Formats: sequence, structure tokens, C-alpha cells
Amino acid sequence: MKRAVLGLILTGVVVLTLYPFLNVVARSFSEEQAIQAGKVNLLPRGFNTTTYEVVMSDPVFWTNYRNTVVYTVVATAISIVLTTCFAYVLSKRHLKGRAPLVGIAVFTMFFNGGLIPNYVLVSGLGLRNTIWAVVLPNAISVFNLLVMKAFFEGLPTELEEAAAVDGLGTYGILWRIVLPLSKAVIATMVLFYAVFFWNSWFPAFLYLDDADLFPVTIYLRNLIAGSTGGSDISTPSDTALQIAANIQAVTIVLTALPIMLGYPFIQRYFVSGITLGAVKG
Amino acid sequence: MKRRTWRAALRRDWQLYSLVVLPLLFFVVFRYLPMAGNVIAFRRYRPGGDLFGETWVGLRYFRMFWQDPTFWHVFTNTLVLGALTLLLVFPLPIVLALLLNEVRTRWLKRLVQTISYLPHFLSIVVVAGIVMQLLALDGAVNAGLRAVGADAVPFLQQPGWFRAIYISSEMWQTVGWGTILYLAALTTIDDELYEAARIDGASRWRQTWHVTLPGIRPTMVTLLILNIGTFLSVGFEKVLLLYNPLTFPTADVISTYLYRVGVVSGSFSYAAAIGLFESVIGLTLVLTANFVSKRTVGASLW
Repeated sequence: MKRAVLGLILTGVVVLTLYPFLNVVARSFSEEQAIQAGKVNLLPRGFNTTTYEVVMSDPVFWTNYRNTVVYTVVATAISIVLTTCFAYVLSKRHLKGRAPLVGIAVFTMFFNGGLIPNYVLVSGLGLRNTIWAVVLPNAISVFNLLVMKAFFEGLPTELEEAAAVDGLGTYGILWRIVLPLSKAVIATMVLFYAVFFWNSWFPAFLYLDDADLFPVTIYLRNLIAGSTGGSDISTPSDTALQIAANIQAVTIVLTALPIMLGYPFIQRYFVSGITLGAVKG
Repeated sequence: MKRRTWRAALRRDWQLYSLVVLPLLFFVVFRYLPMAGNVIAFRRYRPGGDLFGETWVGLRYFRMFWQDPTFWHVFTNTLVLGALTLLLVFPLPIVLALLLNEVRTRWLKRLVQTISYLPHFLSIVVVAGIVMQLLALDGAVNAGLRAVGADAVPFLQQPGWFRAIYISSEMWQTVGWGTILYLAALTTIDDELYEAARIDGASRWRQTWHVTLPGIRPTMVTLLILNIGTFLSVGFEKVLLLYNPLTFPTADVISTYLYRVGVVSGSFSYAAAIGLFESVIGLTLVLTANFVSKRTVGASLW
């Protein structure tokens, strides 16, 4: 009896979690008339890939998609370098000034400048309409920093000491001894940052005006923004709106696709990263 | 004496210090300069002019929003949305973690976990898109309503529905991921405690109440404190994506209001004053919650 209730609840959780995805995927493969009639549920009605062809033949979509890839790669690379350097230094317990440095980083978790001063600053630095407006303002996540710091603190010190005796400097130790031992945590950090930057939309929304610079999340946001407009909802049979619904579904699927495909592989790294950060951080 | 030790530290560890330069520059420019930039809340700011404003105007902008009925309206909306989030969204991962903890079949537990984490990895734009697809007039929810003979509802255009939509999408997105820390805490509970409880004749419920819940209490309290700190900045991005002028009466919150006032309309100083008020309250809430929890349950963030 108890088992049955438990099974029922967990089945409910699984169904409720998956249903919205499956519904959107089904819509993306359905023909307009079926969507209009509200017939699309879990399976596509009037299966076709025309909408995919329409979206994928839009050059702006591809430009924006490529932008997302470029932003993600550049931002992740910068983030990894900065986070690794800082975390390594913060893991050195003997270092004078270590505590204030940790404090400087951690304080920003609880207090930040806020939207307007950030906006004024990024605009004032002349970063608007450049990749740097998207990449730099979130270059270091303090949570990720603490995860990495905890990892470095857990490394045995003997290896580094031996390397120092052999005459290796800090840079040499970091590059040749520490980093090769840290592949797993670096991989985790790459995933944390890459997923964050792939999904990010708000800095681009704030600071980019030129459609050629938009990431794909802004492409999608501009598609769906029209549909909350209010004025154009009174006529359920409006064909233009239905095509938009079709195209929205396809764009949603294509935006989420790389994450969904990678998800089974990356998920466990995230879980171990989160737990490490929480336990040690 | 002190200067000499600093000099010695610099001489010995200059390579380490050199690694700090760029990250520190990041924090100074993109975290601490904006904090300092809040002075424009007390100064008249001209777009394109001095980053820190032109002339002092004292508390003018604070008095302005204090007397602004729209501010109090969005303030109330923020409190309602924040309270609903704490009340309805926060406890859900605890419940799910306790349920998952009862699952004895390994692969089944993993499967449910894997699926329930999924929404966490999606862009908020994708989540908003999915919400709109489901709630559209031709969407799945309205199809269900029509199937039972009810009329279709334009959910996203009605202020009465906004909070329900916000909260349920928040649940969908966060409940699975939220279980991770609780599940980790659950594995640290000593089996002997359950053993002892069983010997004392405690039922499954009583074991949960007297062993499991106290075991995960530190995690609960820590997450609660962190949640309280973000109380006033609830769901800015999601609200921005899901609201529209028709739903402003319930959907407009402090952060979206100051976004419109500042970035859209260009009243930077006025918006900065509201933002500073929000940040200071947020910090105060964290510190207070932390202090209270330190005194009462002994759990603290630092």
C-alpha cells in the first residue's frame, strides 16, 4: 500500500516534469491546423519537418546560433582561467592577505551593485554592442570559485612541496603538477560555466542592440515576446499567430537541443560539483 | 614590523600574488565599482555624463519613490510573490527528497532524479517559451479545459492567473534540483539512529519526524537563510519574460519596475535609489535571518 502511494507520487513527478517538453516537441513536428484545433498532445499530429526547415533557413537564426557558440566558448575560457588562478591562490593557507581576499569575493554573494549601476558602468566603459558586455560582467561565479578552492585545498601538499624543492616556481607547480591532477574539477567548472553562458540572455538583452550580435536566446525571446502582447490574442483562429506558435516550438527545441543532448553526460558532474561546493564551501 | 612581514610575503609569494591581479581586477571593476556607482541614487545623473553623477541632491530620489504609489504597488506584489515562493516552492524539494529516500530500488531512484533535474538546465527563455506554449489558447492546458467542456482561458493575459503560473513554473524548474543537497544530507544520517528508533518502537512517520528531519535541519536552515536574502529580487528574469501590461497589476515587481524606470525610461538615479533600497533590505534580511538562526538553532552561514 505504502509502496503503491510512493510509486504513484513519483510517477506523477516524472510525468509532470516530462509532459511540457514532450508537448512542445510534438507541437514542433505538427502541422498548423492540428495545433490550432488544440489537438496536439504527446504525439505530433500531421507529422512534418517543414517548420524546422523554415526556421533553419533563416540566416539570422544561424548568425545568432553561431554567436551563442562563440560567446559560450570565449566566456567559458576566460572564466576558467580567472577562476582557476584565483581559487588556487585562495587555497594557499599560508598566504598573507588570504582571508581578506576570500572576503572580497564572498561579500559579493550577498550584496551587489544592482541593475542600474551595472548598466551605467558597462555602458560607460563603452562595452555596449560588443561581445565583452556579455562575457565580462559574469566572468567569475563566486560559487564556482569556492568549489574550486575546496578542491585545491583537498590536494595533497607533498607533491607541490617536492616540486618546489626541485626548483619549480609557482607557475610551474600550478601548470605541471596541480592542473593535471585537477582535470575532473576543471571539467565540472567548464560545464557549469558553459551551460550558464549558453542559457544566458539578460546581459545580451540589456547591452546588445544589433540583431547580428544577438545570441539565440534573444532570437527566441523576441519570438515569444510577441505572444504575450495581449492585443493579438482575441482571435484564436488567427493564422499568423499559429505559424508563430509552430515556429516558437521549433526554436525552443533547437535552443535547448545541445543542453538536452549533453544532459545525460553532464548531469552527474553538476551533482558532484554542487555537493562539493556545499559541503566544503 | 608589519610592513616588513608584508615585504617578506611579497618577496616569497610574488608569483602567487601575480595570479590574483586579473581576478581582483574583475571584482573591483564589475562588482565593487557598481556598488560605488550607487552614489547616483544621491546625485543627479546625466546619461553619457560622469559615471558617478553630477551634483548632490541628497535623499530626493528616495523621497520620490517613497511617495510613488506605483512603488508601493510593486513592493506589495514583490512581497506576495516572495512569500508564496518561500511557502510553496521552498518546502517542495524537502518533501521530494524524503520520498526519494524511501525508494529502495537503486535504478528507479536514479531515473526519477535524472528526470527531475532536467528543467534546471534550461535557459529561463526556454522555460518561458514552454510556459507560453502550454498556456496558449491552443495549448495543452486549454485543450484539457475544452475536453471537460469549460471555456478556454487566455491565462497569460489575466492578472488573476499570473501568480499561479509563476509559482507552478518555479516548482517545475526547481523541485528536482533542490533535492540534491537534501539527499546528500540524508546520506550522512547515522543508521544507528534509525536502529535505535526502531527498537524504541517508532513508526516510519515518527522516525522521519525525530531522526530524518533533525538530520537535514542544518541544510534546511542554510538554504532558508539564502532564500530569505533573495526575497525581494524574486524571479526578475522570469517575470520580465512572462508579464505584459495586462498582467502588471499582479506581476510587476520591484526589479521589473526599476528596470523600466531606469533602463527603458532613462531615470537612472530614481531607479538606482529603488535598487539600493532593495539591495540593502536583502542584505539586512540575510544578516538578520543568519543571526536569528545562530541564536535559536545554532546553524549559521559563516
